[in-house]
Amino acid sequence: MSVLKVDSVVMQFGGVVAVNNLNIEVEKGHIQALIGPNGAGKTTAFNVITGVYTPTKGNVYLNNEKITGLTPDKIAMKGIARTFQNIRLFKNLTVLDNILIANHLHVKSNFISSTLRLPWSKAEERHMREKSEMLLNKLGLLHLKNEIAHSLPYGEQRKLEIARALATDAKLLLLDEPAAGMNPHETMALSNFIYTIRDEFELTIFMIEHHMDLVMEISDKIYVLDFGQLIAEGTADEVKNNPRVIEAYLGVEEDAEN
Amino acid sequence: MMKIEKKENNLLKNAVLILIFAAIIVLLDLDIIGDNYVRRVLNLAAIYAIVSVSMNLVNGFTGLFSLGQAGFMAIGAYTVAVFTVPVEARKAIFYIVPQSPLVANIELPFFVALILGGLLAALVAILIGMPVLRLKSDYLAIATLGFSEIIRIVFTNMKTITNGALGIKSIPQMPTMWVFFGAMIISVILIVLLINSSYGRAFKAIREDDIAAEAMGINLFKHKVLSFAIGAFFAGIGGGLLASLLGTVDPKQFYFTMTYNFLLIIVLGGMGSISGTVIASFVVTVGLEVLRFFDDSLVLFGYEVPIFRAGFRMVIFSILLMILVLFFRNGLMGQKELSWKMVGDFFNGKKSPKNNRKGGAA
Amino acid sequence: MTFEVFMQQLANGISIGSLYALLAIGYTMVYGILRLINFAHGDIFMMSAYFMVFGMVTFGLPWYVSAAIVIVAAVALGVLIEKAAYKSLRDAPRMSIMISAIGVSFLLENLATYLFTGVPKGFPDIDILTRAISFGNVSLSVATLVTPVVTIILLFVVLFITNKTKIGMAMRAVSKDFETARLMGININRVISTTFVIGSALAAVGAILWGSKYPSVIPLMGVMPGLKCFIAAVLGGIGNTTGAVLGGFILGMSEIMLVSFLPSLTGYRDAIAFIILIIVLIVKPTGLLGEKVTDKV
Repeated sequence: MSVLKVDSVVMQFGGVVAVNNLNIEVEKGHIQALIGPNGAGKTTAFNVITGVYTPTKGNVYLNNEKITGLTPDKIAMKGIARTFQNIRLFKNLTVLDNILIANHLHVKSNFISSTLRLPWSKAEERHMREKSEMLLNKLGLLHLKNEIAHSLPYGEQRKLEIARALATDAKLLLLDEPAAGMNPHETMALSNFIYTIRDEFELTIFMIEHHMDLVMEISDKIYVLDFGQLIAEGTADEVKNNPRVIEAYLGVEEDAEN
Repeated sequence: MMKIEKKENNLLKNAVLILIFAAIIVLLDLDIIGDNYVRRVLNLAAIYAIVSVSMNLVNGFTGLFSLGQAGFMAIGAYTVAVFTVPVEARKAIFYIVPQSPLVANIELPFFVALILGGLLAALVAILIGMPVLRLKSDYLAIATLGFSEIIRIVFTNMKTITNGALGIKSIPQMPTMWVFFGAMIISVILIVLLINSSYGRAFKAIREDDIAAEAMGINLFKHKVLSFAIGAFFAGIGGGLLASLLGTVDPKQFYFTMTYNFLLIIVLGGMGSISGTVIASFVVTVGLEVLRFFDDSLVLFGYEVPIFRAGFRMVIFSILLMILVLFFRNGLMGQKELSWKMVGDFFNGKKSPKNNRKGGAA
Repeated sequence: MTFEVFMQQLANGISIGSLYALLAIGYTMVYGILRLINFAHGDIFMMSAYFMVFGMVTFGLPWYVSAAIVIVAAVALGVLIEKAAYKSLRDAPRMSIMISAIGVSFLLENLATYLFTGVPKGFPDIDILTRAISFGNVSLSVATLVTPVVTIILLFVVLFITNKTKIGMAMRAVSKDFETARLMGININRVISTTFVIGSALAAVGAILWGSKYPSVIPLMGVMPGLKCFIAAVLGGIGNTTGAVLGGFILGMSEIMLVSFLPSLTGYRDAIAFIILIIVLIVKPTGLLGEKVTDKV
């Protein structure tokens, strides 16, 4: 069953067509990737899925429910969480606060009972803290919980951003270049990490990535985007040997790496 | 063990400090120390603390640039003025245009009118906030500054309710400082509790990165309006207290430049620090009183120093604001709160770690 | 209302509208480039009016010499403000630079009150502008007729600069994408200075024409026009020069029409701009001629 379905999506900015007739299906429990040279429209596709942009044409479905045109916060509530290409943590807040904030969407108390610390709000807050610390513990970040987010090393910041996304209890996780800026060793660790969280949290993962080794290793299915057009899809081997991909994508790979 | 001892130690220090403050206010209140002037300035500082802390909630914690405090205070002040002046005294006040029968015979207890004033201010905030906060909040500064002026225009024109430019006199004054300091303590505690609740964290998330906050399921619009309306509520309370402190209101008191006092206070105290804001409220209010001598001519050795004359005080005031924002952007406290450790470090000559936004590993 | 009165009011509306337009251009250009509401812009306008008073009354200079000096002084003031109060905060949080703008604005207002007192000063009579011309029963001052013409001419000058010159191209690039423009080697400081030069010069021209129509100069005279003209810029589509002029005209006309058709609401004249702001934000947040801008995520 497909968790996410992008159906003939077109995204146009003025005269520029950033994404043209995009069709994507992400299967439950899969790790799938969206690749393509810089400026191919990958992040735009993510932004359409998460509601930052409303597509010019076409629709996005989550578990067969249409989510086109919903605002990002509504989509997060439906169960899609994401990370960002250039890490967007709540920089001046603590690690724990970053996680707690991602729990806010489940808060039932209104602001008055929350402020007055009424019993049920207090219980809710306690539960939220326990849950957040448990999550940090699972991801090996608990010892950093009182650190300010921007003081963390780069790799930990990436990890924290993923942790924050998980804290929303999302079942579909969109990762925008999770390995950006990592060395081969860290990238290897990341692939293990992605497997672990997929199994641990029963996730479906859809990611944008430039590190081909990582993509080829862990993806069940790969979509290749070029100039807003889907030029290939399939398993790692199928994509690797697709002449259009070699020509259009791998040809400019070296430039993209710079 | 050490840690627990230290904690108890701090608790003791806090208790002593609170007792000292309470004792000072009791002594002032009983007219044993100080005089009416001192009491008035301190009460004013307490009111300024309420309004500044609420402004910091909106500007420092939620990251919205609102400049409407004077307008919201006017709403609170007029609510108290209209509803607490004794009915029999009103005829003498509304001697040109009689008061509208809608409100002419309604007299409310002070605290009811005070809360009503806060609620009305919050309601108006929601009406302004709905269109402005829906998209980019860039225009909030202009909208609120404009609203501040419009509310004065409205109050000047609604003669049958507000007595127009003449203002309303004979507002019952409160007999004790505890009304003002009590209101300040309760307001500050409520705002601190809010800031440390899940909603407060959501406000901070919006300030830090609204795109990420929205992606984490926070409804930006709802939370911005909430923060803005709560800020307005407390500004309304502050205005109501001011009406009672001064005993008179008129539209000119609420000129938009009044808001700049609170802006200076939160910049000085630190955007995002409640304790800093409270300290700055007292420093600025008392400071502005002390600086009054700048406005009087000064004669040194028989020579009249030419720069000391009317208006000099406000020039100093605005230069101070500029210096703060240009060179000491974090103010006294940055985003930190006052703690004994900070005080200890200060006296031991250790420089407290400044809140460095740019530092750290990037 | 007679036809004559209507024509008179129409001319007034166009004239006040073009004054708003002159100020609105400064707001829209600065916002387009720095994403900053330059609160001090209205005070540059105010200071220009004072400069004119000093030039003509205190030093007895002919009006055209004063006007030239006023424009140069306003430009110097505008550039000085940018260098002193905004430049060092470019990479600071947005709110810091806005507070700095408020600080400058408040400082200028307080300085003016301190130096020139709050007592209104009479704007000098510029004979060729204040002279009345009659068309049948309609009598208008030259200033009323000249203002729209001057505004349109200056609009074309600004459009020429932004569209046809090298610095103009740089300005457009910076307003599209600040960071990329900086990386591409565009001299950001020069672009920003130029923006303030143009904006301040237009504010000075606006002040001279304004003074001929409303000859009372006070320290807070720039506040309301300032707020309104920013709204005119939002109405026209922030960042768009032609839009700012259009917004200024619409705002001026609406005010005059309210005053003439609903005289009982004259007291609320200053509120119209803010009602327009609310309507624009609800109906068309990008303004009449603005393009949709999307945030980079």
